[in-house]
Amino acid sequence: MSSRELTFAQAIREALDEELARDERIFVLGEDVGVWGGVFRCTEGLFQKYGPERIIDTPLSEEGYVGLAVGAAMTGMHPVAELMFGDFITLVMDQIVNQAAKMRYMTGGQVEVPITIRATMGGGRSSGGQHSQSWHAWMAHVPGLKVVVPSTPYDAKGLLKTALREPNPVVFFEDKVMYAKVKGPVPEEEYTIPFGKADIKRQGTDVSLIAISRMIHPALAAAEKLATEGISAEVVDPRTLTPLDEETLIQSVVKTGGAVIIDEGYNHFGTTAELAATIAYGAFDYLDAPIERLGAMDVPIPFSPPLEFATIPNEEAILAAVHRVLDGRRR
Amino acid sequence: MYRKMLTIRIFEETVFDVYRKGLMPGLAHLSDGQEATPVGVCATLHPDDTITSTHRGHGHIIAKGGRVEPMMAEVMGRVTGYCRGKGGEMHIADVSLGILGANGIVGGGIGIAAGSAFTAKREGKGRVSVAFFGDGAINQGIWYETANIAVLWKLPLIYVCENNQYTEFTHFKKLTAGEGLGARARAMGMKSLEVDGNDVLAVYQAAHELVGAARKGKGPATLICNTFRYGGHHVGEPGTGYRSKEEIAEWKAKDPLPRFENILLEHKVISPADIEAMHDEVLTRVQASVTTAQQAPFPDVKEAGEHVFA
Repeated sequence: MSSRELTFAQAIREALDEELARDERIFVLGEDVGVWGGVFRCTEGLFQKYGPERIIDTPLSEEGYVGLAVGAAMTGMHPVAELMFGDFITLVMDQIVNQAAKMRYMTGGQVEVPITIRATMGGGRSSGGQHSQSWHAWMAHVPGLKVVVPSTPYDAKGLLKTALREPNPVVFFEDKVMYAKVKGPVPEEEYTIPFGKADIKRQGTDVSLIAISRMIHPALAAAEKLATEGISAEVVDPRTLTPLDEETLIQSVVKTGGAVIIDEGYNHFGTTAELAATIAYGAFDYLDAPIERLGAMDVPIPFSPPLEFATIPNEEAILAAVHRVLDGRRR
Repeated sequence: MYRKMLTIRIFEETVFDVYRKGLMPGLAHLSDGQEATPVGVCATLHPDDTITSTHRGHGHIIAKGGRVEPMMAEVMGRVTGYCRGKGGEMHIADVSLGILGANGIVGGGIGIAAGSAFTAKREGKGRVSVAFFGDGAINQGIWYETANIAVLWKLPLIYVCENNQYTEFTHFKKLTAGEGLGARARAMGMKSLEVDGNDVLAVYQAAHELVGAARKGKGPATLICNTFRYGGHHVGEPGTGYRSKEEIAEWKAKDPLPRFENILLEHKVISPADIEAMHDEVLTRVQASVTTAQQAPFPDVKEAGEHVFA
């Protein structure tokens, strides 16, 4: 397969472009997604290519346009509703939780609700407490939603294309720090990535680093450093939280005997807790040390860089957690 | 139209009975007294037009063609119900009839209705979408957000406000600033009509005008129908603690059924004997729907895990 390097944002844009061309039912709506091309450039040029009927600038009415998208999905369209900042999920909770997620169930299977909600996540840009949050755990808590947390341009493109072929509501989280900064190989050829299949980003035997979205990158950097110390770390990317590939996570820990879970969401009742419970149950007899959880500090995200960076897990924190796991094993 | 109004009245009275006899789980939100609004509006709709309904939705569903048998079975939690017992009294839907569901969140159907109107406009076949909601929903943000979008995008969406005077237990005037929904709709740049919601012909006439305009691409409109629910917010709450006897009597004097009956008799469209026969026929059918539902099985417990995802 021939391949070239794309940024995370370019991979998202390419997935949208290809799917818009493939399926007439797909349309994109959100704030400044049209003429302007999206504040993160994920829809650049699509307005010019597909026109105002399919790439639609909305008023700043998140509940209104996401609600409209739910109804459009129920009547045969496949909307892609963009939430410029994932923090705005709070404004749309009724439409996502009470409407999109349960319409199929409450009607006894009469409808499909193929809506894709693209939302950003992640701090580290001094955007303050209302433009930096990562709410994927909230979404994964709701039955009826599929939740996607890609970490590379390759995964983002393949998973977004799958989302646009799903008959169910999908909440697709994109860490905004990665849009321009993370580049990676993306094949020229058509491909999709199925939901519910974790990806082992690096093979290892001594400890499992299970990381969500952008946290894969500090996890890979930590694994590289650990290799120089003679420690072999496996890096596992669940890629989707719902459905969750429990088997791959458990098998990794069965092999390594130790787990560090890294996420930019909060630890408290968060993704790290759910994954730790999954591993504790499935790999109980193989754990040599307590599972380490590295989530965001349980505070609103602060503005000032030294404060903000102190709340987000990083490579150093991962290395320290790995050593705690290995020390625990030696005891 | 008369048959549908009668069916709604008898269905609601029967559900009242079913509830009192303990034959259904949960609560029952009845709409007897409000029959003219859904029937007048839905008489202007085509089979492929869609509606969204409210927690007090039985009337809308019958008016759009919903059958009483799967409705009653749903109310009684049976697997033979419209939603296989998963929706319940507040969430009846028949998507094949364009009934995109009754919604338990006040204003919850409005976004869905806007989306159906979006799809309708895209299809370009003159289909329209109707959002039924009550006076409570006019103070929900979703109304304003979608109204703004619907006007901007000229969506074929009719907002039908069924104002039964009371938002749960409080008179709507205590909760609504300014001149009310009509003025708010006009401020959005939308046509708005207000009618006696107990006069089925007035409702029909107004709906006909607004639906017709929407079909021709003239964009959204608002129709306010003033009416009254006879019972409480739900069965088990008599509705007398916050509404005076005089007020209830005043509205009962404007009962939509005898008013329409009189017109039909006056114009010799039907005879008293026809009315009696129709009454007996509908009553028999609705009562049979209870017996049939009682005999139908509850859903198998394994169904609890089904229909989460397509």
